[in-house]
Amino acid sequence: MSLTKEDVRKVASLARLGMTETEIETAREQLSGIFDLIAEMQAVDTKGITPMSHAQDVTQRLREDVVTEADQRELFQSLAPQYQGSPQIEAGLYLVPQVIE
Amino acid sequence: MINSSLQQLGSALRVGKISSVELTQLYLDRIAEFNPALNAYITINAETSLEQARRADTQLADGKAQPLTGIPIAQKDIFCARGWRTTCGSRMLENFIAPYDAHVISQFNNAGAVNLGKTNMDEFAMGSSNETSHFGTVKNPWDHNAVPGGSSGGAACAVAARLCAAATGTDTGGSIRQPAALCGISGIKPTYGTVSRYGMIAFASSLDQAGPMARSADDLALLLNVMTGFDERDSTSLQRDQEDYGRDLNKPLSGLRIGLPKEFFAEGLAQDVAGCVHAAIDEYKKLGATIVDISLPNSRLAVPVYYVLAPAEASSNLSRYDGVRYGYRAPEYGDLTEMYERSRAQGFGDEVKRRIMIGTYVLSHGYYDAYYLQAQKIRRLIAQDFDDAFKQCDVIMGPTSPSTAFNLGEKGSNPVQMYLSDIYTIAVNLAGLPGMSIPAGFGSNGRPVGLQIIGNYFAEAQMLNIAHQYQLATDHHDRAPQNIGL
Repeated sequence: MSLTKEDVRKVASLARLGMTETEIETAREQLSGIFDLIAEMQAVDTKGITPMSHAQDVTQRLREDVVTEADQRELFQSLAPQYQGSPQIEAGLYLVPQVIE
Repeated sequence: MINSSLQQLGSALRVGKISSVELTQLYLDRIAEFNPALNAYITINAETSLEQARRADTQLADGKAQPLTGIPIAQKDIFCARGWRTTCGSRMLENFIAPYDAHVISQFNNAGAVNLGKTNMDEFAMGSSNETSHFGTVKNPWDHNAVPGGSSGGAACAVAARLCAAATGTDTGGSIRQPAALCGISGIKPTYGTVSRYGMIAFASSLDQAGPMARSADDLALLLNVMTGFDERDSTSLQRDQEDYGRDLNKPLSGLRIGLPKEFFAEGLAQDVAGCVHAAIDEYKKLGATIVDISLPNSRLAVPVYYVLAPAEASSNLSRYDGVRYGYRAPEYGDLTEMYERSRAQGFGDEVKRRIMIGTYVLSHGYYDAYYLQAQKIRRLIAQDFDDAFKQCDVIMGPTSPSTAFNLGEKGSNPVQMYLSDIYTIAVNLAGLPGMSIPAGFGSNGRPVGLQIIGNYFAEAQMLNIAHQYQLATDHHDRAPQNIGL
């Protein structure tokens, strides 16, 4: 299967991966090769087969709806990324570029 | 001391022939000497390890020792360990100090083991050669021109080069078994759901499973006893009674039915690997086993199915790396989208980006049925093949990898060639079955060959028995590389 550069550009954007034009062309070639490999499964007749979404046929366990996590806000916030030398947190929140005018 | 089994090390510690501090220091000295060339470890915290060893020595002195108390274990850098830098082989987590312990880590801590360091790996466990690590390639200790395999390449290298007593790995498509084969050690991926995934950085959650890597099957049994067990923090952890995985090690193998899938011996298998595997099968016949010819007709589809499902799950799992709460954030950006795009572009390596894009594509609007759903249906056909096979045989054997370790850089520019090196291991993950690899001799280039053993669900004790009996009769697993100071 041959992907177009436009396909790759769209996927990169959905995945929030910034890419240069050169990277898009390389990715286009490599992904096309990988999709040729994947295409082998298209010919298989799977009518009536139930999809297998997990390795074990067991029902997901439920638990009581109670708080089990301790509050570790400060510890977790100490891991926040830096921007121009300062950690991007304020008043217990994380800082990102403004999205609402 | 460094060629001793875990049983022997445990006894030496308990009778006071050596202390945990001395043993830990012995390995730290070996790491200082040999790791610069091999690059098996990403992070060493000598003081933290020695502090843990001192506590183990107190337990030993108080007569409170468990089988692994005081034994230095190398942890794959995919397991969060509180206070330890945990990178998953990625620039994205280059400075991430884990704020909590993975279940596997706390199991080892509770068992009194010493965390010796964090081993190198393919970035986010995506690779079969350890060449995708942000922290440099790992050398195969048998031949420094060869890859160690991946993704648990650092772990396999560390065990083979005697830079730890034993190690942990994880296996999504062969990442324990293939590097074990390529480095001439033993490794087992247990049944899916047996070892908790809590705190193990996620790649493809329906396939990821942790397991031990060591020099022998009896070592693996001791390690599995510690690593397994129910954990409510992993929603796929299975509630089962605790087992002693070493309980059957000494059972005779008479009457054992070994299934040989014809698909595993077809075109594409290197002759020297085939030769070693057939020699191992002959050894099993001498031990009383009989051979059954079987077929896994859909196994040829395992690689294509895997390269839909694993990237799909990965693209979802790795969406958490957004540069907001932890991990890498680009130094310069304008708006929020640009912050995401630059942080992820700079934080992830090429292979990880490739898989995120495959996954994003197959899950995107209009393609879901043709790719993701079709792959899930074939996954069931692959699992059913194994169900049918286990009606005719007790265990399945074949090669772990189609060739011995390939050269560094050999498959770097061709992802499809790299993906095909896991052709015999991937189906096992899709089915959720346990699989292991044990040393079965050496190829024509002197590089190790692995024998793969695939068991039915929860057959780990039986598989370890089968491996142990072979290791009693042969000495491939006792061989060590040159130039590691033995």
